[in-house]
Amino acid sequence: MSRSSRAERVHSPVVRLTHWIAAASMLCMIGSGWQIYNASPILPFTFPHWATLGGWLGGALLWHFAAMWALTAAGLIYLVHGFLGGHFRRDMAVPGPRAVLRDLSSALRFRLAHHDGEYNAVQRLLYAGVLLVAVLMVLTGLSIWKPVQLGWLCWLFGGYDIARRVHFALMTLIVGFLVVHLALVAIVPSTLVGMITGGHRRPSAAKEAVR
Amino acid sequence: MIPPDLGAARPELRKIERRLLLRGTLSLGMLSMLSGCDIGDNDGLERALRVVSRFTDRMQAALFSRERLAKTFPASAITTPFPFNAYYGLDEVRTVDEASWRLEVSGLVGDRKPWSLADIRRLPQQSQITRHICVEGWSAIGQWSGAPLSAFLHHVGADLRARFVEFRCFDDYYTSIDMQTALHPQTIMAVDYGGSPLPPAYGAPLKIRMPTKLGYKNPKYISAIIVTNRFPGGYWEDQGYDWFGGS
Repeated sequence: MSRSSRAERVHSPVVRLTHWIAAASMLCMIGSGWQIYNASPILPFTFPHWATLGGWLGGALLWHFAAMWALTAAGLIYLVHGFLGGHFRRDMAVPGPRAVLRDLSSALRFRLAHHDGEYNAVQRLLYAGVLLVAVLMVLTGLSIWKPVQLGWLCWLFGGYDIARRVHFALMTLIVGFLVVHLALVAIVPSTLVGMITGGHRRPSAAKEAVR
Repeated sequence: MIPPDLGAARPELRKIERRLLLRGTLSLGMLSMLSGCDIGDNDGLERALRVVSRFTDRMQAALFSRERLAKTFPASAITTPFPFNAYYGLDEVRTVDEASWRLEVSGLVGDRKPWSLADIRRLPQQSQITRHICVEGWSAIGQWSGAPLSAFLHHVGADLRARFVEFRCFDDYYTSIDMQTALHPQTIMAVDYGGSPLPPAYGAPLKIRMPTKLGYKNPKYISAIIVTNRFPGGYWEDQGYDWFGGS
């Protein structure tokens, strides 16, 4: 088998690059976001200092907005590439409920096989879901950052106070995704290699991709 | 609703936190694992973050429109009591004799004559019920009245092409805004709160109220207004809050 020709690669360079930029900036946004939250908590708890980024509110805001630009840039490149390059159509077409139930039940019995380069129904659902959450996260973030200049957006999310809470709630979904995502990587470590080097598909998977 | 920050302990805490600014911030395992690099050199990092913040400021200025108005609310939506907020506690509020108080006017203006409170009240007044949003995340709705800052700037013959309008306060606070925001129709020289003269807790005798900017850009206890092209910074801005601070 020839080494990583285009069709055999698990992840394209664009996907890998934007994945790692997004991963780093997402962690920065979560850590600094927790520090910002601590300045005026919505719920009766604050995040421990060791888990936050920025040291104080002003530092956290510097981090939050710097990471925002990095995440936005990576996100836009990824979305354009995903739509135009066929990655979404090919790999992330939202599966039917039957396929989801089938794969979910085998996943819960730890019997779901993983083929690098192929997303199963549960993965498709999870990735499409977290992308949607990420987009909503950016939109709620914009609406509480610019409630006057982007007043219509803020209105769409129920006004400043509600949008702020929605932004927080979406963060918990993203953190929840991260936990599941990292657990799955721990179970199938070859996926980590694939996301770093591009890896290569198994012969069977490669054949299917060509079909 | 978040309880208003009335505690005197908070400013002290903040002073300590500020000293820690970005030092020690990267003790955070999360990021050191991520970068795997030496985390001792934070000054370069802080400089880099501030460069990005200036870029963010430019984006904020580009997003800003003088025609776009902040949402206004009915009187029933007013937050009572409206929270007191400053870089010190409520018991440290400074007051002045309103009869002898004068507003100093300087910089790129035609007429530097100081203004009395009565002079300001003689300008056409307007009232607004708008949401005050604090950089900390909490917000509160209040009612302020006074003359549009744009009317005042025209009156003193200010150079409206100047870049900044700077505010100095007798509680040693200071901040500054862009000329576009200074000329926004909802940027007012507030002398009344809730229909009565501004009480000491809310900035007597003069506060600059602009619903298009965060709380730290809405200075109280004003003593001087300066029109300038030299970047004036601000009390919190110099410590790391973004200078534009727009909503």
